[in-house]
Amino acid sequence: MLNAEKRKTALLLVPIILVLAGYVLYPSIETTIESFQRDGAATLKNYGDFFGSKASSNLEALWNSVYISILSVLFSALIGVPLAFIFNRYDFPGRKFFSGAAIMPIVLPSLVGVMSFMFLYGEAGLVPNAIKDLFNLSKVPFSIGGVSGILLVHAYTMYPYFYMTCSSAINNIDPSLEDAAYNLGSNRWTVFLKVTFPLLTPALVAASLLVFMVSMASFSAPFLLAGGFRVLSLQIYFSKINGNLEMAATQSVILSVVSISFLLFMRWFQNRRDYRMASKGIGAHRSEVSNPFLKWTMVCLGIVAMIILLLPHATLLILSLVPEGTWTWQIYPTTFNLENYILLFKDTSIWDPVRNSLFMAFVASFGCFAFGIITSYALVKRKFIGKNLLDILVMIPWALPATVVGMNLILAFNKPTPFSFGQTLVGTFWILPLAYFVRFIPLVVRSTSAVLEQLDDSIEEAAQNLGAKWFYTFRKIVLPIIMPGVLSGTLLAFVQAVGEFPTSVLLYTLSNRPISIEIMNQLRMFNLGQAAAYGMIQVGLIAIVLFISYKFLGVKSENSM
Amino acid sequence: MSAVNLSNITKKFGDVTAVKELDLKIEEGEFFTFLGPSGCGKTTTLRMIAGFYYPTAGKVKFNDRDMTTVPPEKRNTGMVFQNYALFPHMTVAENVAFGLKVRKLERSKIKEKVKEVLGKVRLEKFIDRQVSQLSGGQQQRVALARALAIEPDILLLDEPLSNLDARLRDEMRTEILRLQRDYGITTIYVTHDQVEALSMSDRIAVFNEGMCQQIGTPTEIYNDPVNDFVAEFIGETNLYNVAYKDNRFHCAALGMEIQVEKPLDERLRNQELKISIRPEAIRVSDEEITGPNALRGKVKIVQFTGAAVHTLIELSKGVQLKVTTLNEGSFTYLQEGVEVVLQLPPEKIRVVPSIRERA
Repeated sequence: MLNAEKRKTALLLVPIILVLAGYVLYPSIETTIESFQRDGAATLKNYGDFFGSKASSNLEALWNSVYISILSVLFSALIGVPLAFIFNRYDFPGRKFFSGAAIMPIVLPSLVGVMSFMFLYGEAGLVPNAIKDLFNLSKVPFSIGGVSGILLVHAYTMYPYFYMTCSSAINNIDPSLEDAAYNLGSNRWTVFLKVTFPLLTPALVAASLLVFMVSMASFSAPFLLAGGFRVLSLQIYFSKINGNLEMAATQSVILSVVSISFLLFMRWFQNRRDYRMASKGIGAHRSEVSNPFLKWTMVCLGIVAMIILLLPHATLLILSLVPEGTWTWQIYPTTFNLENYILLFKDTSIWDPVRNSLFMAFVASFGCFAFGIITSYALVKRKFIGKNLLDILVMIPWALPATVVGMNLILAFNKPTPFSFGQTLVGTFWILPLAYFVRFIPLVVRSTSAVLEQLDDSIEEAAQNLGAKWFYTFRKIVLPIIMPGVLSGTLLAFVQAVGEFPTSVLLYTLSNRPISIEIMNQLRMFNLGQAAAYGMIQVGLIAIVLFISYKFLGVKSENSM
Repeated sequence: MSAVNLSNITKKFGDVTAVKELDLKIEEGEFFTFLGPSGCGKTTTLRMIAGFYYPTAGKVKFNDRDMTTVPPEKRNTGMVFQNYALFPHMTVAENVAFGLKVRKLERSKIKEKVKEVLGKVRLEKFIDRQVSQLSGGQQQRVALARALAIEPDILLLDEPLSNLDARLRDEMRTEILRLQRDYGITTIYVTHDQVEALSMSDRIAVFNEGMCQQIGTPTEIYNDPVNDFVAEFIGETNLYNVAYKDNRFHCAALGMEIQVEKPLDERLRNQELKISIRPEAIRVSDEEITGPNALRGKVKIVQFTGAAVHTLIELSKGVQLKVTTLNEGSFTYLQEGVEVVLQLPPEKIRVVPSIRERA
């Protein structure tokens, strides 16, 4: 009966709504309420302070965040788009290798990436000092820091968004469209301007929005490189450290409003989908570079680019081999051994953060796994009122900057609530796994929904027609088919949780201190080798997961973000 | 095995009526086809029989059991989907065994049954293949085997041949018919292809815009269509408006009175009428023909298709006539531009009410 179907849907929705209401909606509401309070009374004062002349630093931080984000979009596009064109439109020796290496920045977790940039180009970095040494200069010729540093790191870590979306868009363009334009008498330039480029606009807009959001939320780069430079995500952290929770809440609300409006704008834009290719199954079409001079110039450029791209990884690896106390006044490290790795297994205080991270990431990603399956299934395969709203609610943790998610959880669970079973979660072990869980729900839901949408309804109907009940069908048919998508999303959630820094720094306690916090501590003690070794663990985990997803789960690297 | 009885079925999706007041009885062991253009309600009706939709009004009965709101898994129907809906993570054998496992048969029994059914569809050799390794025609057979393995009361086929190429389609047509006769199973077949419908069915129901237009054997439907939609949808035909007055049919387009052998059904007296005559029923000659309904025209286009020759003849400005003749050798072909004489035999002309004039 119809009611039976509706009952099933309702039964599915109850846990979904409970979790989302408890851990996404309720914390956001708590933050909003907090932002309207001062000394226990409701007031608009906080917003007055934010925009008023009293604390101009806030407005300055908002402005800085916006303009850094715009510049990040610009620089990422300038690197990512040409690369996408070169690697997908021209064929030259080593093309495949180069195009694979071009996405290497994604295996660096944000904190580790910033760290290796500091090792390389910072005040005491290897590159500036090597140049100083080579040319006998009295001072380092350059070093990154402040705005330039943040922008460099952003361009490096965010250009893959442009590279990947553009690559897939370029490969989706039906070559016959361009052929048709040539056939009608256009020259190369006109074809590019009037046909190819307009077809890429959706991808470019999507990537721009994504990079803008990611860099608005960026925390690690300003945290380590900003110096006195203020950005909004960092201001939240400082307000919280200074104990001004009301101001932290106000700043969170303002950053959330920006991010969520971007999320809504992106959804609207993606649903518009003006340019859909009519034809399907297009083969790649690349033109071979025949001019030998041009060909080898391209190869050389490719090699140089690869060196620059992989330098951070290499630096991290080399530094991780430098034992504590052997690199102090020298320009280059002199001693290399595996001590930092051996210590991991010998010294429990060094091993503890690793264990904590792995355990908490496991718990969180397991939660995401279960919740992701149910939620995607409900969103993709079931009909109910308010589906659009639920869809937005699920994606909110993705749109919210990590700092805001952290603040939300602090303000929601610094007192006993029904959602925390009457416990105060802040200051306990479990607040961090919860934060990771909330942060990475959208990852699993998205990768699961992608496979579920591919699953034709008739498959489920066929099972039902053959006499299988709903749960049997779900277990024996739906789950096995979607498992690769679910697993790849879960694995990604796992490694991201292992590398997560912003929420960790807001919520950690002595008992659950994760890797990224320990990296920060080691950096403060100038024990670069141990910090790099921790970083290598994260990089290694991400590499393994991407490899598994690619090899066994059939996931393309461009879908892994 | 079951008879299927649909009484006064209506199905609405929001404001759209997909099926309207449908009454239908399908006999035990019958091969019954729902035929119609896309969006006519035929698949909706099939899905109501399978249980994927519940009718807004009306009753579905298998024999005397009311199945109107029984969920699909309890109906014991075997359905073959348009895209086959094979389980991609299972082998051929596992696909076929699925329904048997659900029915908790013994392991050895399942094995035996799977072998037997795959033998019937001639796929024994592929028993351990992954379904993705099969060709379209083979996948189709697996889908059939899977549906037949559970010994369903009714076999439901939803445009099963539409994804196959022409030659394979011919082959599978025979195959499906053979299996249906072998098992003697009540079969409901949905298609938009009139050739499939005419060549396979015991009876056909022609659908248009959610309404069943006519139910009958293939010959009844082809030879005696109930209205101009059925006449035009099934096979080729020539349709002309006629006015009925004083027991005579006046056709303005042809500019003459048409003699029809069958007297007009009294119920049609006040409706808009058309005459329908099949292209193969018209006599053509380059010599004088005497007798009723003789016409003159000029050959416009001659299309040679192998077994038959299609000729388009212009009678007067804007009025054309399709004629089909069997290929009886090159001396019988007409030349384009030649004047010919035609005759519409009165016993072959059908007078039908017009339901599509509005369009």
